[in-house]
Formats: sequence, structure tokens, C-alpha cells
Amino acid sequence: MSFKEVRMKNKRKFLFFLMVSVLILASGAQTVTITYWQYYYESKVKLMDELIKKFESANPGIKVEQVTFPYESYNQKVAASIPAGEGPDVINLFYGWLPTYVKAGYLAELPKSEFSKDYFSKNFYPFVAESVQFDGKYYSVPTAVRTLALFWNKKLFKEAGYDPNIPPKTLDEVEAYAKKLSKYDARGNLIQAGLAMQPNGQGHNWIREVLFRQFGNTPYSPDYRKVLYADENGIAAFKWYTDRITKDKVGYPNFATDDVTAFKAGKAAMNIDGSFRIATLNAVKDLDWGVAELPSHKGIKSNYASFWTNSIVVGTSGKKLDASIKFLKFLASPEVQEIWLDKVGELPASPSLSDKYKNDPVISPFLKGLEYAHASAFVDEAGQRNVLVDAVDEVVLKKADPAIVLKNAAIKEQALIDDFWKK
Amino acid sequence: MTLSAKRSLTAYTFLALPLIFFICVRLGPMLYMLAMSFTDWSLLRRTYKFIGLENYRKIFNDPVFLQALGNTFRYAVFGAPVVIILSLAISLLLDSIPKGKGLFRLIYVMPYITPVVAVSWVWRWMYQPPPLGVINELLGWLGLPAGEFLNSPKQALPSILVVNIWVELGYCTTIFLAGLQTIPKEISEAARIDGANGRQILMRITLPLLIPITFFLMVMEGIQFLRIFTQVYNMSTQAMGGPLNSTKSAALYIYQKAFTYFEMAEAASASMVLFIIIMLVTLLQMRFFDKRVNY
Repeated sequence: MSFKEVRMKNKRKFLFFLMVSVLILASGAQTVTITYWQYYYESKVKLMDELIKKFESANPGIKVEQVTFPYESYNQKVAASIPAGEGPDVINLFYGWLPTYVKAGYLAELPKSEFSKDYFSKNFYPFVAESVQFDGKYYSVPTAVRTLALFWNKKLFKEAGYDPNIPPKTLDEVEAYAKKLSKYDARGNLIQAGLAMQPNGQGHNWIREVLFRQFGNTPYSPDYRKVLYADENGIAAFKWYTDRITKDKVGYPNFATDDVTAFKAGKAAMNIDGSFRIATLNAVKDLDWGVAELPSHKGIKSNYASFWTNSIVVGTSGKKLDASIKFLKFLASPEVQEIWLDKVGELPASPSLSDKYKNDPVISPFLKGLEYAHASAFVDEAGQRNVLVDAVDEVVLKKADPAIVLKNAAIKEQALIDDFWKK
Repeated sequence: MTLSAKRSLTAYTFLALPLIFFICVRLGPMLYMLAMSFTDWSLLRRTYKFIGLENYRKIFNDPVFLQALGNTFRYAVFGAPVVIILSLAISLLLDSIPKGKGLFRLIYVMPYITPVVAVSWVWRWMYQPPPLGVINELLGWLGLPAGEFLNSPKQALPSILVVNIWVELGYCTTIFLAGLQTIPKEISEAARIDGANGRQILMRITLPLLIPITFFLMVMEGIQFLRIFTQVYNMSTQAMGGPLNSTKSAALYIYQKAFTYFEMAEAASASMVLFIIIMLVTLLQMRFFDKRVNY
């Protein structure tokens, strides 16, 4: 190799080096900003600010801007903004709203290269993948999930002569406990509910995914397009629920405003509620409460799981899309899931973390529930909830026959589902 | 230009501003809404197309809408007349007392100037079942059984109606009092000298002279009750207009169609229906009262 040739080669090398460094510098200087939306829930918003800092320092060149809205108007804001092109890049949605938004074409399919079937089966409980998948495409990935459990007030248990540390384990026990834990005034008005009965709280989920199954019914076809709960067993389950209100009078809808208020005020001895309530109850002074797995029936255990989940809004492209994918993956990472449990109290969406909390008295009942939980595939969450809420009201307030009411409810819910898939 | 022409020009200029405002924020959106009610516009679709009267067919086949319309009529038919009669009685009494008129007037007008949301929530708490609700506590003392109020499909609508009547009383009483003060004292004094008794003065002088005001209030209150929304929204559980849709008003139905289900076109057609009803009722009242007002 002649001297000249060497020089030429060095020059080329130098030029190449120069080009690469310019490219790196140029891309580094170009910060991409993505927007993230969620509803306002103090602990979630604060934690998200921290997580964003963490994410930004690990990914220089990406900035994330968090925008929040009040919970009551969140869904409206989302529905109004995305079609107007004013939506965010990454959005936090309730899983029950996904079908609506996917069908409207507002959410982008997650790239299979990053979010494969394998990725979901390795990292999440099976119901997660089922709930975020439409026509074989994935649209969302969560950080945390929630389940239901039985909350009980230890002080009221003691007063009624029960061991404050041993909650009822079966529906039959719950029935007996609830009667003994209920108190009435001289005129027979309920003044302390043995078991809070709030269909428009978590009650409708308890009936839908737990009681129906425990009485031997399968409430829906596997794809959730056929309502099947109006059979003999389903009616027995529904009647078990309404009998607690009409026959045993251990609680009724809206007693002391609602179940959460009643339980917080020590006016309800037991309640079926979700893991998201842990922080709320911890904040109440002088409330000595425990939490246990949902009562079983005839040896059958069941639970309802739900979650808020992150999606990418359609129209996000180029660098913003890349950044959004990175952010989504970050939010779904086990590391974030653990912090989320610690700060927000929602359960990790990945089974790998459950071992760590096996012995935690508050977390473990919910985690156990995850093993056999179902996440109803709602197509119209508000509408479907309302069907069961109204059904209970028909029985309680109009003294209608539970069998007839449930059959009508099934017809109404079927119509909602058919209407969704028809369009 | 003459002075009077100049004056009227100035007046027109000032009047033009509200007119522009009216066209932009009332008439424009209203016409837009009318047009939209013939499409399948939904927030959850990117495009919309003309579908004729389909939305109207849909809402009139929706039992919930029919129930909401029925409820709305019940609010108006029971609400407006009761408010008018009660407030007329109250203002006549207030007019005849020599002292403390101002204090009483303040007491009656208080609910009207309090924000409706606050009023609704306070009443909602008062209506609660034992052991929390004040009203039931009172019934307990009196030895009466507890009322279900907002938790009963039969009692919930009247319970909300009572609150709205209580609120509107303040407004109507104030207007009636103002009306009473415009009646010249000389007329009733003259009648008294001629030997008329109190009843005759009331029936022959005071009430006939109050007819224009009564008519005005009938129209206003009719509209007020037909549009009832905030009370129902705040006094029913989860703002659903329950239990079992028994308190849902047409306005709440429209709101839910638009902002829970995002079916803007259906909401628009329901709005048109409500608009036409209010219009008809108002026109009817005008017809009916017109003859008597100008005697």
C-alpha cells in the first residue's frame, strides 16, 4: 500500500467518522416530545411524573408531557379530542372502553415486532392478552391490574362476637355472618349493614363474573358475544344476591350513600370491593379492617379482574411512534409495575412479581384472586353495567320476580352486544 | 338626518350587538343541530352521512326516551302550577303584613340565589334513609314510618319536584310582590269605600290586575320545569336519573346520549323534540292568556 493510498484511506475513514458523528449529533439535538393522557388520581399523577423523569434520563432525546383530566369527564374528553386530531400520542384507557375506541379506529395496532404473542404470554396474566386483542391484533398494554376481595371491619366483627381475624370463607358463611352483623333501630330500619349491597359499585361485577360462575353458570360465550346467564343456575345466583337485600335485609343499594362511604364510616361490616380501595381505606383513621379472598361457593372460586391500560393513538408516526413504543414498554416493565404497586396499590400485571407479595396480608388476597379471575369483555361498559344495576333495582324496588327480571336483563344486554357488533 | 332618526339609529346599533351574539351562539348552533339530527353523527365515527328521520324513529322507539318525556311532563304539569299558586298566596300574605316584609322576602328568595347544585346535594342528604337523613329522623320522632324518597321509583320524582318548587318559589314570590306593588292603592281604597269586602277586592281587583304577571310566570316556569336537569343530575345516584329511570328528564336523556354514548345525532334529534315541545307549550300559553291579558 503506497503512502498515498494510506492517506486516501485515512481521509475516507475521517470523512466517514465525520458523517456518523454529525448524524448522531443531529439526531441527539432533535428532541421528540410525546404527550401522555390519564385521568386525575393524585397518587397516579405524582408517580407518573417521577416515572417520566426516569424514562427521560434513560432515553435522551425523548420528552414526555403528562396531561390529566378529571375522572368524570375523562371519557368525554378522549372521545371529543381524538377525532379532532387534538388527542395525545399515548393514552391511558379503561380496558372496558377499548372495543369502542378500537372499533372507531382511534387506536393504533401495536407493532408485532415489539409486542408479540410471546411478549404477552411471558409477561402478563392470560386475561390481559385476551382483553387487549381484537381480530388478532394487540392494541394496548397495562402496568397494573385490579381484582376484588372481601373487606371486613374487625371492630364490628368483635362486637358481634366473631373472631376479628377470621373472615367468612364461603357464601353460606357470608350469609350467616351478614345477618348477625346487621343492626336495626326500633322501627326496623337498617342502621348497620352486615354486607354492603351496591350493584353500581363492584356489585354488578361480583354477580357477573363471580356469583353466576359459582352457582354453576357460565355467564357468556367464550367470545362474550352471547349472554348466557339467564338459566336456572344464573337465576339462583342472582336470587342469592337479591335475597340478601329483600329477605335478610343485610344491606341495600345506596345505604349510607354507597358501599365505600358506609364501610369507611363503620356502617357496613363487610363489603366486596377492589384493590384500588386499599389506599382510600388506609387513609381512614381508626378503621381496623382486613381483606380476604372472595368467598367461594360449592368449592368454586372466581374473581373479576379489570385494568387501566396504555395505548398509542392512531396517527402517531415516525419518531413519535418510536418514542411512544419505548414509553409503552417502559410503563409495562416489571420495574415500573413494582413501583406502581408500592405507590398506587394496584397489582402488577405480570405474574412474575406475585411471589414477592405472597405473604403480604393486604396484597396477597387480591393476587390469589388473579389466578382465577375473568375480565369481562365489555362492548358498552356503562350500558352493560346498567343492565344488572337496573335488574337488582327491579327486584328490590318493584318486588319483581328475579327469574323474569334476569331473563329480561339478558335480552337487554344481548341487544347491546348485538348492536355493537352489527354496526 | 333628523334627531329621531339619529336616535333610532343609535338604538339599532346597540341592539345589533346582542342580535349578532344571538345569531352566533344561539341560532347558528340551533340550525346546525337541526341539520345534524338528520345525520348519523357520532363522536366515535370519523365521517357522517345523511340518514333522514332515522334518529327520530330510533328515539321514539326507545322506551327510556318516552319515559323521560313522560317524566318531563310530570315535572312541568305538577311543578309550574303549584309554584304559581303557592307563590301567589305567599306574596299576597307578605303584601298584607305591616312589618318584616324584607326579612320574609329574603327568606323566600334565599333558595333561588343559592347554587342549584348545592341545594340539590343538601336535599339529597336530607332525604337519605335512616340513620343518616334528617327528614327520616324527624319522621321517626313523630312516630311515622321512614320514607324511601329518592330510593323509590314512585317517590323519587315528587321528591325532586318538591326541591325545585321550593327553589322557584323565591323567584315567583319576588315577581308577584313587585306586581302587587304596581297595583295602585287608590283602586282598592275606592272599592273599600264603596263597600267591597276583602274577598271581593282580591277576586275583582287584585287578581285580575296580576294576570299579566301570572302569564309571564306561567311561561317562564313552564320552560323552567320542562328543561329540568341539574336537580335530577345531582339528586339521582351516579347522575343516572334513577332509580329505574323514574326521575330522568328529557334534558338528562339528551346529555347522556351525547356525553356518555357520544351519539351526537341522536342527542340532537332529542333536543329538537324537546325544543318543539317547549315552543308549543309556550305558544299555547300565549294564546290562552292573550285574550285575558288585554281587557
